[in-house]
Parts: sequence; structure tokens; C-alpha cells
Amino acid sequence: MDSAENAPSAPILPTTLSESAAAQVIAGADGIEEAATLLREPLLSLQGAGLKQAGRWSVRGVNLSVAPGEIVTLIGPNGSGKSSTAKMALGVVNPDEGEVWRRPGLKVGYAPQAVAIDWTLPLTVARFMTLTSGLSSPEIDAALTRVGAESLRRAELRTLSGGEFQRVLLARAIARKPDLLVLDEPVQGVDFHGQNALYTLIRRIRDELGCGVLMISHDLHVVMAATDKVLCLNGHVCCEGAPKAVAESVEYKQLFGDLATPAMALYEHHHDHTHLPDGTVRRAE
Amino acid sequence: MLDDFFTRALVAGVGVAVMAGPLGCFVIWRRMAYFGDTLAHAALLGVALSLLLEIDSTLAVFLSACAISALLLTWRRTSAIPSDALLGLLSHSALALGLVALAFMTWVRVDLTGLLFGDILSVTRTDIAVVYGGGAAVLAILALIWRRLFASTVNRELAEAEGMRPDTVELIFTMLLAAVIAIAIKIVGVLLITALLIIPAATARRFATGPEQMALAASIIGASAVVGGLYGSLQWDTPSGPSIVVAALLLFLASFGVPGPKRRGVGQ
Repeated sequence: MDSAENAPSAPILPTTLSESAAAQVIAGADGIEEAATLLREPLLSLQGAGLKQAGRWSVRGVNLSVAPGEIVTLIGPNGSGKSSTAKMALGVVNPDEGEVWRRPGLKVGYAPQAVAIDWTLPLTVARFMTLTSGLSSPEIDAALTRVGAESLRRAELRTLSGGEFQRVLLARAIARKPDLLVLDEPVQGVDFHGQNALYTLIRRIRDELGCGVLMISHDLHVVMAATDKVLCLNGHVCCEGAPKAVAESVEYKQLFGDLATPAMALYEHHHDHTHLPDGTVRRAE
Repeated sequence: MLDDFFTRALVAGVGVAVMAGPLGCFVIWRRMAYFGDTLAHAALLGVALSLLLEIDSTLAVFLSACAISALLLTWRRTSAIPSDALLGLLSHSALALGLVALAFMTWVRVDLTGLLFGDILSVTRTDIAVVYGGGAAVLAILALIWRRLFASTVNRELAEAEGMRPDTVELIFTMLLAAVIAIAIKIVGVLLITALLIIPAATARRFATGPEQMALAASIIGASAVVGGLYGSLQWDTPSGPSIVVAALLLFLASFGVPGPKRRGVGQ
């Protein structure tokens, strides 16, 4: 794996040469990131958004925007409002306060955290790929190949392992060539090396499609390396910014305590789901 | 050809089964068997209403089933009562209310057994026209919303996020279900309509490799159950509606003797 790929401060790669050139003209070589963001209208933005669940605020006052080609990651402990924030951004729920704006006609590719497939539902990977859009057979193959899951095409969805399932979810989300990719815990059930590979893959896909990426994660350091902007949530936005700045901030260390030290990076202590005997995942939230 | 009452029963029954197959698949995928039952029980209320207001019974049953499903959908959203308790409450209350209302109308003679268990042998040409006209409309609308409805069934949030508008298609689906119940009530009756929806679909699952194949197989299996059940009832002089359901059950049981399609991880 190439080390630049994992550098926390890797700049956004503009999608087209002309944009890249324009960005350099305006900002000079070291300001590409800012200029590229300025040049582009965000895909979506949340202004002071908050969501109530069962009469209590699960998250409040979130300001967030995702620009094309940008990877934004929401991190935070269990119950910190990551999923609520993502749901508001997706328009699955309406905020109880504040505003959510999405670019008109925004094409979203969404990989939810858990998709429980019942025995009664016969569903192969290939059919799952065409769930929300009609794709040609080569398009399906291309997307599956992109995530290294081409051999799973004919498999039944229920029989996939955790890691295979995550790859198929990602393949389905990218197959429709979205403007915005929303990934909820995209490396869940994947071992450490697989996680690194998957994050690298997500960054490469971002570069190819030029799409914005909104990611949710509760594992800390691996995801930090794979992202441009981090929002650390705990009922509100605790801290935000470039991964390095967030990792060094006092708020972040307070929020995650011991976990914030790199030695503990491999552990995931924030379980917000249980594994049922049949292998499906039930979320606590 | 349609002069013979038995032929008319066959034609109407097959039409209902073909229409019920794909909808039945969604009923079991979405775990709505009890929901379907509730709508069917509410149909009795619709029959009482049609007699009282002297309107067409199929229309009255459709409207009352729509009303009950609208009530359920809004109630489910706002109430803290768990949804199976809610369904049980509505289902049996509607059935009881319908029976009481019919008993009050002493001036009409109602064939209660026919309502509860179906009266397929008294099917008229008009009924056949309703079954095929209504059935074609139901299947055409289902085909139009198929991708959206299926996506919402697999994962509602995913469907919502990717612009499939699950609220709208789910509402349309419950109305289609109400329509199927209204059309099929004459064939298998209030108490057995859910069986015609879910047993062929459950049988089809054994052979299906995809949702579309399963829907088609459910239609074929349902039609076979109608044909088998009707001939059985002719042969052994048994009530026709229950005979159809028994035939469907036999097909379901027999399906366990047939090896399903090979797939990865057969161990379930």
C-alpha cells in the first residue's frame, strides 16, 4: 500500500483537469483543497440541525456540509447522534430544528449499516445491485469487480459473510454513479487489514467518481486516516476539522478517553449492535 | 363455455389466484400476514355497509378495507400500542361489528357461510368480469411500482435515501391489497383469503431464485391449488373455499419433498 494514500492530510483530488488548473491558479499549489471547495457548491448542508427522538434530543445544532470529492466522517460514541445526523442529511427524517439543504436532483448511493434479509426473500447479489436503479449486466460486473466481489454475483445475499456483505453494499451504492456516497459503518465485520484496504478503496472510488462521501464510524484511528474532515459528535458537534487537528484536540481526548491514544486504536469499544444467532445484526439504536 | 357453474368457478378462481400470487409474496416479505387478515375481517363490515347503503358490495368492501388500512397506518405511527395488539384489536372488532350489523338487518337474508368461507360455485359472468378487470388493473399498478416497493421492502431507509418514496408506494400497496380482498372475498371468503395470499407465496419461496420468479411461481401454484381444490370439492363433496386452501396446503407440504434450486450455503 502506498504511504501517501494513508497520509491524514491528503488533499482532495479535483475531478477534472480544468478544475484542478483553476484551483491552482487561484490558490497556488498548497491551497488546492480550499480553492477546490470554494469552486464547488456543496452537495448538501445542515444548518443548526437537530433531531428529537421520543421527546428527547438525540442531536442538536449540527452544521455540516459535504462538497464533491470530499470525504466527511462522523465519529462519536454510541448514541451520540451519528445516525440521526446522517438520516437528516439523507432526508430520511426531517430535522426538528435547523435546516437541511440538498442540491436539487442529488443522486445518493447509500450503504446502510445493517440489512437484514429474511429467509422468505430470495435475493441474489445481482438482483440486489439493481434494487433502486436499472443497471446493465456489464455495469453490475464492473461495480462488483471494483470492490473485489465479482465472484459473488450469483450468491444469495443471506449467505454472505460480514466482509463480503460490506463489499456488496459498497458495490451497489457506487454502481449507480452517485453524486454523494453515504456509508454507515462501512467496515463493520471486517478484520483490521481488510478495513485498511476498504478505506483505501473508498478513497479511490471517491477519486474516480468525484463524488462526496459522508461516512459514519465508531472506530477511530483507521477512519481518521481515510478522511478529509471529521465531525466528532456527542449529542452536538464536539469538535471538527482535519483529522489531525481533531485527534489532537482536548474535546476529542475527553470524549474518547483512553481510546484516543493510538495504542488502543485497534479496539472497538462502542458496541451499538448485537449479533443474532442467525448471523444478522440488530442495532441498539 | 361459461354456462357451466363449475367452469365459471374455475375461471374466476384461477384469476383470483394469479392476482393474489405477487401480492402474497409482498405480504410475506413484509410480514403483513396479520395485516391482510385484518383487512379481510374488515370486509365483513363493508358487506354490512353495502347492504345498508344499497351500494355494490365489492366497492363497499374495497372502501372499508382502505379505511381500515389508513386507520392502521396512522395509528401505528402515533400510538404506543404494539402493532400486533393493534391488529388483533381491529381485526376481531371489525369481524364482530360486521356480524352484529348483519344481524340487525333483519330485512335482508345474508348467506353468512358464503361470506365467511366463500361461495365460488355461485360466481356469475359479472363476477368473472370484475375478477379479470380488477385483477389486470391491480397487476398493472403493481408492475408500475414494483421496483420502488421491492426496494422499500428490502430496506426502507435505503429506499428512502435513494429517492424511492416508500411512503407513497406502501400506501398504494395497501390499497392494492384492499382491492384484492374485495375481489377475492366471493371466491374464498373473509376467513380464508389470507391463506390464498400467503400459502402459494410460501410454497413458491422453495423454488425461487429471485423475487420476480417467486411472484410468478406463486401465481402458478395458487392457480393449481384452485383447480385441484375445486375438483377435489366436486369429487368428495366438500366445501369449495376450504378445499382450495387444503389443496394449497398440500402443495406446500409436497414442496418439501422436491429439492429446491442449488444455491450457495444451502445450510440456511
